[in-house]
Amino acid sequence: MSRTVKLKKGYDIRLEGVAEKKLAGTVNPVLYGVKPTDFPGLVPKLEVGPGDTVDAGTPLFHDKLRPEVKFTSPVSGKVISVNRGERRQIMEVVVESEGSRFREFGNSDPLSLPDVRIKEKILQSGLWPAIRQRPYHVIANAGESPKSIFISGFDTAPLAPDYNFIVENSNLAWLQTGIKALSKLTSGSIYVSLNADSSGNSILETLDGVVLTYFSGPHPAGNVGVQIHHVDPVNKGETVWYINLQDVFALGRLFEEGIYRPERVIALTGSEVIAPQYYRMISGGSLKPLAEGKLKQGGLRCISGNVLTGRKTEPEGFLGFYDSQVTVIPEGDYSEFFGWAAPGAAKLSFSRTFLSSLFPRKVFRPDTNLHGGERAFVVTGLYEKVVPMDIYPMHLFKAILAEDIDMMENLGIYEVAEEDFALCEFVCPSKIEIQSIIRKGLDLMRNEMS
Amino acid sequence: MNFLREKLDKLKPQFTKGGKFEKLQSVFEGFETFMFVPDKVTFKGSHIRDSIDMKRTMTVVILALVPALLFGCYNTGLQHFRSTGIEPAIFQAGWYGFLRILPLIIVSYAVGLGIEFIAAQIRGHEINEGYLVTGLLIPLIMPIDVPLWMLALAVAFSVIIGKEIFGGTGMNIFNPALLARAFLFFSYPGWMSGDLVWTDGLVAGKNIVDGFSGATPLALSAAGEISKLPSFMEMFIGTIPGSIGETSTIAIIIGAAVLIITGVGSWKIMVSVFGGGLATGLLLNALSANPYMDLPFYYHFVMGGFAFGAVFMATDPVSATQTEKGKWIYGFLIGVFSVLLRVLNPAYPEGVMLAILLMNVFAPLIDYYVVQSNIRRRLRRAKVALNTGVK
Repeated sequence: MSRTVKLKKGYDIRLEGVAEKKLAGTVNPVLYGVKPTDFPGLVPKLEVGPGDTVDAGTPLFHDKLRPEVKFTSPVSGKVISVNRGERRQIMEVVVESEGSRFREFGNSDPLSLPDVRIKEKILQSGLWPAIRQRPYHVIANAGESPKSIFISGFDTAPLAPDYNFIVENSNLAWLQTGIKALSKLTSGSIYVSLNADSSGNSILETLDGVVLTYFSGPHPAGNVGVQIHHVDPVNKGETVWYINLQDVFALGRLFEEGIYRPERVIALTGSEVIAPQYYRMISGGSLKPLAEGKLKQGGLRCISGNVLTGRKTEPEGFLGFYDSQVTVIPEGDYSEFFGWAAPGAAKLSFSRTFLSSLFPRKVFRPDTNLHGGERAFVVTGLYEKVVPMDIYPMHLFKAILAEDIDMMENLGIYEVAEEDFALCEFVCPSKIEIQSIIRKGLDLMRNEMS
Repeated sequence: MNFLREKLDKLKPQFTKGGKFEKLQSVFEGFETFMFVPDKVTFKGSHIRDSIDMKRTMTVVILALVPALLFGCYNTGLQHFRSTGIEPAIFQAGWYGFLRILPLIIVSYAVGLGIEFIAAQIRGHEINEGYLVTGLLIPLIMPIDVPLWMLALAVAFSVIIGKEIFGGTGMNIFNPALLARAFLFFSYPGWMSGDLVWTDGLVAGKNIVDGFSGATPLALSAAGEISKLPSFMEMFIGTIPGSIGETSTIAIIIGAAVLIITGVGSWKIMVSVFGGGLATGLLLNALSANPYMDLPFYYHFVMGGFAFGAVFMATDPVSATQTEKGKWIYGFLIGVFSVLLRVLNPAYPEGVMLAILLMNVFAPLIDYYVVQSNIRRRLRRAKVALNTGVK
C-alpha cells in the first residue's frame, strides 16, 4: 500500500505561459556547451582543448578533487572554445556538433553486473553527475552507498513541465532498465514520488522495483528534498541519492545501447514565448535554435530552468545539465512611480497586501524587478509558510550567516538544498538572497566535514 | 512622471560619492525610492520576486493605525470640550483634536527620521522604513498634554538607545515605541500618570467645569472606585480619557482586521494576548479579594492600552518571538502580566507597557526552547534510525 503525504505549506506561483502538451519537434543545435558552473563545489580540470575531436561520451573535463567524476561531451564533433569568466574560471566548454559518433561503453543487463562495474560505467559515460546526494546537494560520492535513492515523478515549480507528458513521449523500457541499474547502488529502496492528482493514471505507477509515494500540496511538494524529508529523512552521517527522472531514461539507454545520449523532452515556457510547447533536445544544446523566432519583442530574461531556481542565460547560451525547462520572462529594469503604494490588481504577491489577492485564480506575468531594496530580517513567520518541512528557516539562515557549524547541523542543514528555500527568497519582503545563503552554508559544511 | 524621473536622474550624481552633497546620499536615496520603486532587477537566485517590500508592509500597519488615529483626534477634542462643559459636534471635536495631535506627530517624525537618516548615512545603508510605523505609534500612546520637548527626548532615546546601538531596524530587543513611553514614564512620571495629562487643557486648568476629574478608568479602578467607571459601551467605543490612540476598542478592532486580513500582523499573538488576559481576569474574578479583582474580566480588554498593545505593540515582529509556537506563549504571557500588573501592583495603574517590554526580554528565551525541541526531535529521529538498524 503506497503512502500519501499531504502537504499544506507552500505556494503555487501561477504564471502565464504554461507549455501546451504538444511535442513540437526535435531541436538540433550546432553548438553544445557543458558548464562546470552547473555543479556546485566542482573544481574542473580540462581534458581537451580547442580543436580536439570528440565523440559523444568523450570526457571534456573532470573534477580535480574526485578525478573519477567525468563530464563528457553530449554529442560528437569538435571542441571549438573554452570560455572563461572572472579569474579565469571555466564557464563552459563548447563543442560544435558533427556526425554521430558514440564512444562505446558496451550494452549489458545491469542486474548481471556487480555494483562496482555499474558505478564504473556510469562514471565513465559522464552520466554520474546526474546522480546527486543529500547532504550538500552535490554530485554523489561514488565511494558511498546511500540508504535510499529518490526520483521525483513530478515537478511543482512555476510553469514546470508535465512529467507524465514527458514519460508518454519517452522510451519506458529505458526507464525500467535505469531503475534496475540504480537498484544495484543501494541496499535500501528506490522511491518514486508522484503527484496525488495523477494517482491511478500515471505510467510511472507501472514501474517495477520502486516504492511509490504520493504527495499532495503546493510547490515545493515536487522538490526531491521535501520528499526525502517526509519519507526517509537524512540524519547526520547518512546519505540519500536522487536523480532527475529524465536522466534515468539516459541511464537505461546507457545499459541497453552502450552509449551516452542525454536526450530530453524540454518545455519552452514563459509569458514571452509566443507558443509555449515541448521540444526534444540534447542536454547542453544551444538555446538559440530553440528560441529563435519564438519569442515576443522587448527586454527579455532567458532562464535555463524555472523562474525560482533556474540560471540566467544569454539567448545564445546553453541548456543546463539538470534542466528540463526554459523560461522566458520580461526584464524589469524600470522604476515605478509610487509602485509600493499602488493597489496592485496585477501584482503578484504571496502576501495579501495587494488587490490581486482577491482573485486567487489569476495568472500573472511578472518581470525580474526586485520590487524594493534589501533590508534586515524584519518580518517573521513568513518563510515557515512556504517550507513544508519540520525546519525553522529563519533560524537556519541566521546560523549560516553566523557560520555556526553545530547549529546548522542541529537545524537540519543536511536535509536541505537552496531550491527548497527558493520560495522564501521569492516571498521575502526584505529581499534577502536566501538561496545564496543556503549554498554558502552547504559549502561551508561540506568543507568542514571533509 | 517622466519629468520627475528625469529631474531625479539629473540630481543624482551630486548625491553620490564625490558629489557636492555626498553626505546626504542616504536621504536622497530615501526620497528617491519613496517616489520610485528602483529599477533593480534580480541578479542571482529567484528571478521573480514578490511585489511586497518593507515600504508596503509598513504602509499596511500605518493604514491599520488610521482608525485609531482618527478616533484619537475626535476623542481629544471631545474630552477637551467636555472639561469646559461643552458638548461639541463631531467635526468640531475632530478638528480641534487634529490640530493638537499634529504637532506631536510632526515632532515624532522629524526627530526620529532625522536620526534614522544620520544613522543610515554613517552605516552606508539604505534608510529603513521601520520608523514610519514607530513614528506614528509613539504619539498615539502619549497623553495629549505631553510637552513637545519631552516627546522629542523620548523619541531620540528610543531610536538611539533602543534601536541604533543594536544595529538598527531588525536588530532591536525592545519595541521602540514602548521604550519611548517607558522612558518618559520613569523620567517624568508626573507627565505620564495622574488624572490631568489625559485631557487637553486640564494641566493649565482654565475654564474647567466643576466635577470633571479627567481620571482614566484604570486610575479609577486602581483607586477602588469601580462605581465611577464609565459604562462598558463607553469604554468600548472609546469616549474616555486615556492615551491618544488607545481609547477606542472599536477603532483598534478595525485596525486588527486590516493586519490580520493582509497577514502583516500575527493573529496568533493578538489572540493569545487576549487569551492570557481572559484567563487571568477569570482567575482574579474567582479569587475576588478586592473590588478590582471583582471587575468583570472583559473590562480589562476595553480599559487602558490592552487592546492597542495586543494589536499594535505585541505584534512588532522584531521584538516578539520569531517562532510560531513561541508566539502563542509570548502573547499569552503578555496578557497574563498585563492584567496581573494592573490589579495586583498598586504602583503602576497600567500594566500592558511593562508586560510587553518584559516579554520582549524573554522572547529570545522562548524561541530558544521552541527551537531546542526541533533539534531534539531531529536527534531522536537519528537515534531511532540507528536502533532499527537502518543504515
